[in-house]
Amino acid sequence: MRVSNAISAIEVEQLVREFRKGPRAVDGIDLAVSPGEIYGFLGPNGAGKSTTVLMLTTLLPPTSGRASVGGFDIVKQGAQVRATIGAALQEAALDPILTGREHLLLQATLQGIGKAERKERADALLDRVGLSLAADRRVGGYSGGMKRRLDLALALVHGPRILFLDEPTTGLDPQSRAALWEEVARLAHDEGMTVFLTTQYLEEADVLADRVGIIDHGKIVAEGTPAQLKAEIGSPSVEVSAVDADGGERLAELLAGFGTPSRNGRGSVTVQLPGGEAQLAEIVRALDHADLRVASLQLHQPSLDDVFLAKTGRKLEGTADEQADEPPAPAARGRRGR
Amino acid sequence: MSRRRPRPVVVVDAESTNPPGLLEQIAAVGRRSVTRTLRQRALLVFPLVFPLILFAINGSSLSAATKIPGFPTNSYRAFALALPFIQGSLFVAVTTGTDLARDIETGFFNRLALTPLQGPALLLGQLGGSLVLACIQAVVYLLVGLATGVVIVTGVGGAFVLLALAILIAFAFGSLGALLALRFGTGEAVQGIFPLLFVTVFLSSSSLPRNLIKVTWFRDVATYNPVSYLIEGIRSLIITGWDGQALALGFGFAVLLLVITLGLASAAMRTRLVRT
Repeated sequence: MRVSNAISAIEVEQLVREFRKGPRAVDGIDLAVSPGEIYGFLGPNGAGKSTTVLMLTTLLPPTSGRASVGGFDIVKQGAQVRATIGAALQEAALDPILTGREHLLLQATLQGIGKAERKERADALLDRVGLSLAADRRVGGYSGGMKRRLDLALALVHGPRILFLDEPTTGLDPQSRAALWEEVARLAHDEGMTVFLTTQYLEEADVLADRVGIIDHGKIVAEGTPAQLKAEIGSPSVEVSAVDADGGERLAELLAGFGTPSRNGRGSVTVQLPGGEAQLAEIVRALDHADLRVASLQLHQPSLDDVFLAKTGRKLEGTADEQADEPPAPAARGRRGR
Repeated sequence: MSRRRPRPVVVVDAESTNPPGLLEQIAAVGRRSVTRTLRQRALLVFPLVFPLILFAINGSSLSAATKIPGFPTNSYRAFALALPFIQGSLFVAVTTGTDLARDIETGFFNRLALTPLQGPALLLGQLGGSLVLACIQAVVYLLVGLATGVVIVTGVGGAFVLLALAILIAFAFGSLGALLALRFGTGEAVQGIFPLLFVTVFLSSSSLPRNLIKVTWFRDVATYNPVSYLIEGIRSLIITGWDGQALALGFGFAVLLLVITLGLASAAMRTRLVRT
């Protein structure tokens, strides 16, 4: 029996996880993910992303709070939650000695898929993730991208409605990353699968996620669509570079009519556009009217990095190395922190 | 990745699949474990070569020990053949533990934990590969012994009982390896225990019958060391004949060791396999 008839595929209320002798890894988060939505959970290493995923996938009991996944309570109905979800956790957890096909057949067996259907399912998934030719090769010889694709296929074996992907593209080359994004987008948009995706890549969240939650030090500091979040922190800006080095002064005078200009030291001037990008045309006309020749003119939209900066006072890019790692997954943790 | 539009693979309702029974789960995990073992030649070669090298060295260099009054046989090689079975069991412990620890470290264990897999199935299935290794080892040790002139005084029946006892002992030590892996979660911890186990084997009646060990403390340690009775159970089948007491003690201690290590490993599995 499901505990709620809520519309959300994932519902989280005041979820907390504390580790013994450690920080409060997740500190009272609330979120809701609609069916068929791709929810990007964005934050630096150690922010609490993986701990949240471990709790939502029933591998780590929460300290307090409640959450339901697919309508099932993660504490009281763990088995039902696991039957509803697929998960590809951090680092592709594969056996280098087994082949891709053997992985899928093992997973299909353990998920209770009938013997007659296992092979067909494995073949279909291998085809889907483009591993048919490598299906009978040992996984130890796979590239990082191939491992991640197999990881994704394994998460889909039993036809889950909700998919958890924990930093699925970390360490992948741009081509493999784009291919995985394409596949995840297909799952959500063509097949209606709900995807909960953690990432520390701004671009990934921006491109892929319908909505983004930004987590820092265990708390959600911002949530919304990428466009909403960017709009929240301000208007776009335009950066204009003069052809002549001494043209900067005239540029600044002209752009002062649109906002407060700032000189960038390379002859270029930046000005915020409170009226949005519609003001760009006015600027071009003003430049033309003043007969000011420019080398370049660039419109800068606020990025999620700007959002992160505005909400936390730090930039997200480059923080990965500064942050302490999150406590590892429970199975790898020994008996600490239970 | 393929660019053409894929056919949907989400064709079942995940909640409607029936979790497999315990035996099917054990078989699935066991099949993987056996495949892993058979594909890693080093896992097969070292446990075979190392004990047989020691057997060859002891069999030739310690043959003078048979001249000690009261020594139970005139062939030291026959006396020494019991030792490789025990040493092979130690390798089984390390192999089982290391494999399981690697699964924990790489997250494969978590992948399995997300399926309806039951803890006992994971443990027993994992030990399946170890049993295959133990069977191969035991048969090879026996064949090498026979090829070098050792005569099994209990005949063909005794050889089968010997194999059964050797596999039982290997199962018990394999469970010990699994226990260490589940308790500590690292391959290093499992491998770190290997020297200690090796010392335990040498502080037993592996080289001399207990009644002929002259150093009192050594004899006392060997008497209290259960490994002595495991060795003596195997050895009795090779050189003594059907010795009920030796066999009872050998099988008894093997079963006791298995019950303890498997029981503790099951408890450790419950702790490790935390799911809500």
